[in-house]
Amino acid sequence: MNIIEAKQLVHEFFRRDEEGNIEGIQVALNKVDLKVEAGQFISILGHNGSGKSTLAKHINALLTPSDGTLYVDGKDTADSNNELAIRQSAGMVFQNPDNQIIASIVEEDVGFGPENMGVPTDEIWERVERSLKSVGMWKYHAHSPNKLSGGQKQRVAIAGVMAMEPKCIILDEPTAMLDPDGRKEVIKVAHELNRKKGMTVILITHYMEEVVGSDYVYVMDKGKVVMEGEPRDIFSRVDELKSHRMDVPQITLLAHELKKSGLDIPDGILTREELINVLNLG
Amino acid sequence: MFREITIGQYYPAESRLHRLDPRVKLFGTLIYLISIFIANDIWGFLFLTVMLGVVIGLSKVPFSYMVKGLKGIVTLLIIAGVFNLFMTPGQTLAQLGPLTISDVGLKNAVLMTARMIFLIIGTSIMTLTTTPNQLTDGLEISLAPLTLINVPVHEIALMMSIALRFIPILVEETDKIMKAQMARGADFESGGIVKKAKAMVPLLVPLFVSAFRRASDLALAMEARCYHGGEGRTKMKPLRYEEYDKRAYVWIVLYLLVLIVIRVVF
Ligand SMILES: Nc1ncnc2c1ncn2[C@@H]1O[C@H](COP(=O)(O)OP(=O)(O)O)[C@@H](O)[C@H]1O
Ligand SMILES: [Mg+2]
Repeated sequence: MNIIEAKQLVHEFFRRDEEGNIEGIQVALNKVDLKVEAGQFISILGHNGSGKSTLAKHINALLTPSDGTLYVDGKDTADSNNELAIRQSAGMVFQNPDNQIIASIVEEDVGFGPENMGVPTDEIWERVERSLKSVGMWKYHAHSPNKLSGGQKQRVAIAGVMAMEPKCIILDEPTAMLDPDGRKEVIKVAHELNRKKGMTVILITHYMEEVVGSDYVYVMDKGKVVMEGEPRDIFSRVDELKSHRMDVPQITLLAHELKKSGLDIPDGILTREELINVLNLG
Repeated sequence: MFREITIGQYYPAESRLHRLDPRVKLFGTLIYLISIFIANDIWGFLFLTVMLGVVIGLSKVPFSYMVKGLKGIVTLLIIAGVFNLFMTPGQTLAQLGPLTISDVGLKNAVLMTARMIFLIIGTSIMTLTTTPNQLTDGLEISLAPLTLINVPVHEIALMMSIALRFIPILVEETDKIMKAQMARGADFESGGIVKKAKAMVPLLVPLFVSAFRRASDLALAMEARCYHGGEGRTKMKPLRYEEYDKRAYVWIVLYLLVLIVIRVVF
């Protein structure tokens, strides 16, 4: 069974003027179809304002469909009785590391979710230790989050979600505010969770490089899913990506141009090493 | 200048004071606050100072850390002191042109300044040795009877702990905005009070915008982690009294009694 299944999902935001009259409608999601199987690592790519966060909030039942349906772990998000159950099955990590850490001590923050769920005290401690270890942050458990780097804060936020023992974790541009090292750190942890714990991961990003290693990629633009496929397939469609305002990595662009001017190289080159290898052979 | 605010900050260390149940510390702080106003002569304050010294020693928090909290209010202390000194009627001790210093004024000024300093240092010991979560857990339980008259105790406690968590973040942000504006020629240092206050306006606007943003992000993040009020919540660190907590209660009461004796006897 698919852990997440969206059918013709629509979300409309109403823009209101000062008196509260509706001024206009912003269609943030336009008939989105999406399927995620348990254990998959899925990426959602898209330019700013393409509707990625809106989709993420739907999966977490923070927003409900204006039209169409969304099932998370077999539960309809439109039914408000399912709200808490859905948030337990699909945890969410947000973009800004500072604005999602609630407590002043790392371990207390990780315990916040289980506390809300009514998990018994002893088990909260077990979960906190396990999830902090799984993101490599256990040695900071008694620290203040304010002293951590951005990448470390995001790992704590991931641990906070892991402690709720969800089936699926959604990362909404978790690296957008980080430096390159922090970005690598967070992406690595996400892949490890997927590989070692079988966690279903949905990574939302606008950095194409971060999509490498995903099982499947969706590209969104103006509220629609405009492309989908395996990363290599997506990366080979350079002109299409550019038309959807994606920043294609320079190496991929270079390989694409070389190929267009007659060199015999495969599509969808993602890294420098790959290009070097291919050129040596060719 | 804003970075120096240490009010409400936790200083991680392993000390007896850190280990103490927050309810004991809240009770202790309350008694201490009362005691500051009971002490009204040199003997009382001598005793207070000694006791405060002992507690600071027990807390393992560097003294310099507590004094930092005072820096922010030095101006306030001076203004209040000066007003007390010159504005209180009584027997004239000295005359400086139109200003007179009276015996009562002098006593009031000294007492008040001393009380303010003791108040700041004393309360900062509590926050420095108690994590905001413990503090609010302590408050939540201590104030629980108020829920009977519909006071949202859990919500207030949570608001407090979040406010404490965000103080350093907002302080840092203020600093950043100030520097950014100073780099573009804003002047926060010179001029009179009015001019300085006016210079603050362009600082406050972006700060408020960002604070509201953070608040709305945080609310969403809390909801995403299944927060739905205090109902059905369990505690990761439930409060339980230990033997030494009970002993601490005894010490606190003893302290108050000694102080009362000092006041009555001397
Ligand atoms: N709360 C809101 N009210 C009105 N419009 C919104 C709101 N949130 C997002 N939008 C609009 O919906 C569209 C998609 O936004 P979002 O999902 O945040 O995009 P992304 O995360 O891909 O940058 C944007 O045009 C944005 O302006
Ligand atoms: Mg977004």
